[in-house]
Amino acid sequence: MNQLLTAQGLGGVVFLTVSTAVVIGALIAVNSKRLIRAVTGLCLCLIGVAGLYYFLNSPFLALMEILIYVGAVGVSIAFAIMLADPHPEKKGNRATGLGSLFGFICGALLTWGLIKTGLSTHWQGAAAKINSGSMLELGKSLLTTYGMVFELISVVLLIAIIGSLALGKKGRSNHPGKISR
Amino acid sequence: MNSEIIRVLAFLVGVIAFAALNAAYLVWLERKEAGHIQRRIGPKEVGPFGLLQPMVDGIKLMTKQILIPDGVDPILFRLAPILAMIPAIMCFVTIPFSQELVARNINLGLLMIFAFASINVLALLLGGWASANKYAVISAARAVAQNVAYEIPMLVTVITMVMITGTLNLNDIVAQQPNISQWYIFRFSASPLMPVAFLIFFICSLAETNRAPFDLNEAESELVAGFHTEYSSMGFGLFFMGEYANIVIGSSLAVILFLGGWQDPFGLFPGVWWFLIKLYCLIFTVIWIRWTYPRTQFYGLLNLSWKILIPISLFNLLLTAGFLKVF
Repeated sequence: MNQLLTAQGLGGVVFLTVSTAVVIGALIAVNSKRLIRAVTGLCLCLIGVAGLYYFLNSPFLALMEILIYVGAVGVSIAFAIMLADPHPEKKGNRATGLGSLFGFICGALLTWGLIKTGLSTHWQGAAAKINSGSMLELGKSLLTTYGMVFELISVVLLIAIIGSLALGKKGRSNHPGKISR
Repeated sequence: MNSEIIRVLAFLVGVIAFAALNAAYLVWLERKEAGHIQRRIGPKEVGPFGLLQPMVDGIKLMTKQILIPDGVDPILFRLAPILAMIPAIMCFVTIPFSQELVARNINLGLLMIFAFASINVLALLLGGWASANKYAVISAARAVAQNVAYEIPMLVTVITMVMITGTLNLNDIVAQQPNISQWYIFRFSASPLMPVAFLIFFICSLAETNRAPFDLNEAESELVAGFHTEYSSMGFGLFFMGEYANIVIGSSLAVILFLGGWQDPFGLFPGVWWFLIKLYCLIFTVIWIRWTYPRTQFYGLLNLSWKILIPISLFNLLLTAGFLKVF
């Protein structure tokens, strides 16, 4: 019990709590029958990921994760579900036969790849990377090394917005109450 | 046990008490102020000047039964009020009430407040949806449209401020404004449009906290009560407390960014009392506006944001960037 109250002990508790939140959130997101609960699970998972970033001494990334993924993406997904259908249930049953075999193979490959990367990479300790992910570092690399990528991503976002506008325009008609398909 | 841990815990308890007491006594202030604006007296029976009224109201709310109607989503219905309250408490953690009186003076304070404030919309959305009530769903949809529209000019104004201050640490921002001529609202050397920036920030914080004249998602005459129609007892109480906590946070941010935080106007005796005086002056104005202006219409609300506030705040951003480059 005494060890729990030291800085290291508390750190361990925080790490366990946060990683449990990630796993439980992800399970809810995948297994929930109701879409809106799945979104809530996803938000829980993302808050957990933000907690992991904070645990690894990157508060900027942690706050950005919450601001963008929970505050913006989570809210827009929930909003879209709510506008589409107030009480949607997931359609269709679990895949059987060939589909489930294919899914199993894909999952196994992904797991194998992640484990292999984790074991074969030579990881640097957190102390050696203490300043990566700080706002100054990120700002510099975004505007110098990765300037081109940064601009290209903004073009992708622009295309996404124009695409959604085009799709939204199609569903609209000038006669109220009549929706052209 | 580490003394830092004890300090943070003590601050956390203090912050929760501050948020709860504020919610209670802002209701009293709201009712009193509304009364006097409408040539009535307002609450006067319980205690001197009705000062014990909020306590009695609170006890009544706590002793009521929590009704869970048929057809609601039981988990999300219970989760939503909690989700409305927790981010608000988190925001208080980094607000500097005075130079020393701050729970955790983190370097990314401003970003932290906006990150946690953005979760609040999710709470309204989940609460409205889980109620399985059409009024609640309409109200939640309005809340999201409004919050998304007003987040943009607010954040653009904040980016402008961060360009001038060069830091996201709220205590450092306050330290840069030692007397009234150096308050950022009057810092014309940074941008001639600073008072306009303050006004934009203030309007956006009104809209973000769903206060009149932007309280479309709580329009009683069309939506019963809005997203919390189905909530009773402390479920409703938590939504209410979260809402008032958000008003306090928005006004605190305006005080810190533009009005010199805990600094006093003449450079004498800076301290927590100046912060509270400025804070409650702003909150008084927020309530004053509610009882003065009628509710706007939905298109007017969105037009104000997209056609007026966003262009002006973007222009101010460019102007400030130019001023910073030239001078």
